Amino acid sequence: MTDPRSDRRRPADARDRHWYIDKFFEILMFLCGISAILFVVGIFLFVFREGLGFILQDMNFSEFFFSPKWRPTSLVRPTYGILAMVAGTAAVTVLAMAICLPVSIGAAIYIAEFAKGRTRETLKILIEFLAAIPSVVWGFIALSIMNPLIIDLFDAPMGLGVLNSALILALMAAPIVTSLAEDAFKAVPDTYREAAEALGATRWQAIRQVVLPAARNGLLSAGLLGVGRAFGETMAILMSSGHSINIPTSIFDSFRALTATIAAELGETAVGSPHYRALFAIGIFLFLITFLINMAADFIVRGVRKG
Amino acid sequence: MFEATSVNHHNDRVQKQVKILFGIMLALLIIPMVVIVATLLIKGSPIVNLSFIFEDPKDGMTAGGIFPALLGTIWLVAVSLLASVPLGVAAAIYLSEYAPDNLLTRLIHLATINLAGVPSIVHALFGVGAFVVFFRFGTSILAASLTLAIMTLPVVIVSSWEALQSVPRSFREACWNMGATRWQTIWHVVLPNAITGILTGVILQVSRAAGETAPIMFTGAAMFLPFLPNSVFDQTMALALHLFVVATQVPNVPESLPFGVALVLVGIVLLMNSVAIWIRLRLRRKKKW
Repeated sequence: MTDPRSDRRRPADARDRHWYIDKFFEILMFLCGISAILFVVGIFLFVFREGLGFILQDMNFSEFFFSPKWRPTSLVRPTYGILAMVAGTAAVTVLAMAICLPVSIGAAIYIAEFAKGRTRETLKILIEFLAAIPSVVWGFIALSIMNPLIIDLFDAPMGLGVLNSALILALMAAPIVTSLAEDAFKAVPDTYREAAEALGATRWQAIRQVVLPAARNGLLSAGLLGVGRAFGETMAILMSSGHSINIPTSIFDSFRALTATIAAELGETAVGSPHYRALFAIGIFLFLITFLINMAADFIVRGVRKG
Repeated sequence: MFEATSVNHHNDRVQKQVKILFGIMLALLIIPMVVIVATLLIKGSPIVNLSFIFEDPKDGMTAGGIFPALLGTIWLVAVSLLASVPLGVAAAIYLSEYAPDNLLTRLIHLATINLAGVPSIVHALFGVGAFVVFFRFGTSILAASLTLAIMTLPVVIVSSWEALQSVPRSFREACWNMGATRWQTIWHVVLPNAITGILTGVILQVSRAAGETAPIMFTGAAMFLPFLPNSVFDQTMALALHLFVVATQVPNVPESLPFGVALVLVGIVLLMNSVAIWIRLRLRRKKKW
């Protein structure tokens, strides 16, 4: 009699058909899992690949960042300055967030802390519908509904500009910020609220002094993702901004966004030309900024979970 | 006995005012949406009928229907689903069933967030740089659909991951104890129990992909084509781009035409979302565990 464990023909972890199938799928799932990383790296590499020539050859660093003159098609001397577009994008993002953040956080407090049962579910579904409306439809709304409305209400010469874009962006970013803020409130344990109310605080006092501070990081991250969304929006801004290159000085001024410039001009450029590469250089800039915003937002939230 | 003091009265008043204030903020989000949908319905519905949906655009796109654009959107969405659903579900299976809590998993998580956060126009640049130029697909349905697929991949990954996570661990343990391998457990137990949740994510992805404009406008969608696409290497029209074109690029368009296009687009998107929500609510009610 030999010890069954020494029987080499049938070891306990028999590498039979099922073992190989199992391993095969484990490796396949792993490859699909890391594909997300490959795509992000791929996006960076391919956008960089097309834009690199511009950065190395045609780009004048100080002109690119500090000149408001974007004249890529000039026959005499093309200039590639993105300052006006950066200013336009920044102005509209700031105004949109000034409108969106208070409203979204207020709405999130209502949904998370005051609404109950079926009402809450219905409100959440409506917010989800708001998030589903496509960007190009928002742009069309800006042209056909907001534009005449702004001209009538404010007696402005033109309804396309910073105000119009900011209102549209605020409405577009609001559902995301609202649902993330609501998640942040939901993450605060009920025991916090109960403790505050047991001490005699009203619901509002508990929210203001206990829930809001506890949800602070989650709210900050929600706000950052809202900024990222507004900053990267393309079609809606292209259609609502008026698309003229100047640094806006009033909320009724027309402006031009970085994203919209790419969308408007990429179709007219020849592959490989300096203009085409300059648009990719703007793409690199957009990618890096949104990358940083997303990282920061995630870092802030993860800090909370660790603590 | 306790008697309400002026401080209590004050607090109650503040509480009521605050509640009304937040209610108004919520209304500021919901009323515009209702107004928008109502306006689209009022101005668009007179033009939307069967012939609008099944006819070609006429007279330089100032009349006629939207059929080629609608068909093109179906092409683009279908091809992008073929690419992104298997990949996204598999990625979710890895994250939910295999991934250890390590740096690599963390990187996948961060990459998914970034994929969702990169501006749509940067996805478009990637599509041009990678699929149109580098892989030489040209401006084609294939290039546009792959761009869309990568852009909407996070939607599938996140919703499939949630669906897989909602299957109780005890289901898996019971199966492992019967001697099943990891993959057998996933295939026969975990996936069947998560499939409805995954389906919800796929539907939401359809809704997302159907509405995107920027990623397809330089990779495969054309403003106007006199013929329908025959294969994935042809260009196509698309509904979202068609709305942009009739709203901004074509002169002398009757006012109702872009409203009709917008109504059909929003109708498709909201219908998809409603189906997803309906499945989700039904699932929640039917859950056995």
